[in-house]
Amino acid sequence: MHRRLIGMMVLLLSLGVACAPGGGTIDIAGSTSVQPLAEQLARAYMEKHPGVTINVAGGGSSVGVKSVAEGVVDIGNCSRELKTSEKEKWPKLIPHCIARDAIVVVVHPTNQVASLTAEQIRDIYAGEITNWAEVDGEPGAIAVISREEGSGTRKVFEKLIMGDKKITLEAIFQVSAGMVRTAVAETPLGIGYISYPYLDPSTKAVAIDGVAPTLENLKAGKFPLVRPLYMLTRGEPTGLVKDFLDFCLSAEGQKIAEEEGFIPVR
Amino acid sequence: MSRYFADRVSKSMVVICAAISLSVLLLIAAFILKESLPALREIGLRQFLFGGEWRPGDGQFGILTMIVGSVYVAIGSLLLAVPLGVSCAVFLAEVAPHRVREVFRPAVELLVGIPSVVYGLVGMAALVPLVRELGGTGFSLLTAVIVLSIMVLPTIISISEDSIRSVPVQYKEAALALGATQWQTIWQVLLPAARSGIAAAVVLGIGRAVGETMAMIMVIGNSPIFPDSLLDSVRTLTGNIAVEIAYATGIHENALFATGVVLFIFIMVLNSFALIARRREIS
Repeated sequence: MHRRLIGMMVLLLSLGVACAPGGGTIDIAGSTSVQPLAEQLARAYMEKHPGVTINVAGGGSSVGVKSVAEGVVDIGNCSRELKTSEKEKWPKLIPHCIARDAIVVVVHPTNQVASLTAEQIRDIYAGEITNWAEVDGEPGAIAVISREEGSGTRKVFEKLIMGDKKITLEAIFQVSAGMVRTAVAETPLGIGYISYPYLDPSTKAVAIDGVAPTLENLKAGKFPLVRPLYMLTRGEPTGLVKDFLDFCLSAEGQKIAEEEGFIPVR
Repeated sequence: MSRYFADRVSKSMVVICAAISLSVLLLIAAFILKESLPALREIGLRQFLFGGEWRPGDGQFGILTMIVGSVYVAIGSLLLAVPLGVSCAVFLAEVAPHRVREVFRPAVELLVGIPSVVYGLVGMAALVPLVRELGGTGFSLLTAVIVLSIMVLPTIISISEDSIRSVPVQYKEAALALGATQWQTIWQVLLPAARSGIAAAVVLGIGRAVGETMAMIMVIGNSPIFPDSLLDSVRTLTGNIAVEIAYATGIHENALFATGVVLFIFIMVLNSFALIARRREIS
């Protein structure tokens, strides 16, 4: 009985030792927009450096900022600029832009309209332009489709396109990029906005102010609806965290960003 | 172990389980109440319940459009589901041959088990384009009413059918013996006798209609406005919570909890009516 007990304990302890992380851990949390990219980068990095563990969690940009500032995680993901209040409260935070995310305005594939000005898009979403005929399309009532309040994508759209005007309350609101895309794909008179990784042949992307959302235009910085994706650190990064960030910004890391549908920064 | 000890242990365990269930309910109620207080304090109960504009980005938190949306959707779906449901219940209880009933009744109960998101998916893919032919975007009050009536129908059918079947057979026999036709018996004797059970079915149907979330947000359009027509997009109280909770922080989040409190009270009141109606029928 005693021997079996001791044998069990030795077995369990050695298992515990074998599972102990060796090489280091990085904890990352924050924006759900950045999360898929962070997970892919982490996976590639862990393959190159066995023994390193990188944990990626979501929670949203605000959670990411707070967590890294308070030392809960090593890197915070953020898909928006830091608010002034956040910069004042935590002056040591340093944002590292690892990729950019574009927001594309989409219409039904059968829609004749291929290009709109930023003002036209703004007025459509404010409810002031209500017929496709007003923007050189075939006559029909425009079905405005938007994301819900609080969506990061919507915030960027409001800041860069709407300005002071508000999105009309009569729009159809869907709760995810996927659902906006499906709604536009099935509504011949619909218009919506989604983030670039979601663009696919079921909807047609519209050029804004003459600039189409092609990869060349996005990389060249010509497309207007772009937001930076940040990884935040508390102070200058050192050691393992610095190595990982360097990887994200390396040719290989940027290639992964491009494959995921984001715009590389290098 | 003596029999009495085992008896006492079993009874205590049952009591403990009941206590746990009740405490969980009370804890949930307390939690949503607590989370909603900051919003109610800052916005004011009257402005919250009767304000017609919901724009959290601007600090506007009036849920009247959503209360109206929930009420319209519930009433609309009941106008469709109650006549259909009660007629179906009468058919199953009184008119259908035994073998037909054997197939129909389980089929109806199967409908209850289908997850609401599946109804939403079918509504979005099949019904929205059809309603679009009538005008508007297809995401509308009408679409939601149709989908919701289908979801509420099984509840109304099964409870109404049970009530009709539990009318004492002497009533039916007496009516028929006095020379009434089958329809006269059903319409003038059985249905009035099953009245309180059918009322309970309707009230439970309302409860489901008001509480339905997933299917609603997929077909209803979620526009926080007062609808001018059946083809306008609207938003329900449940839809409001589901659509915005993912990103809401601060007062916005508290306001969504306050919406939850309103729903909670709504449904508790409805369920109390159902309970009273059922108790009256049993006695």
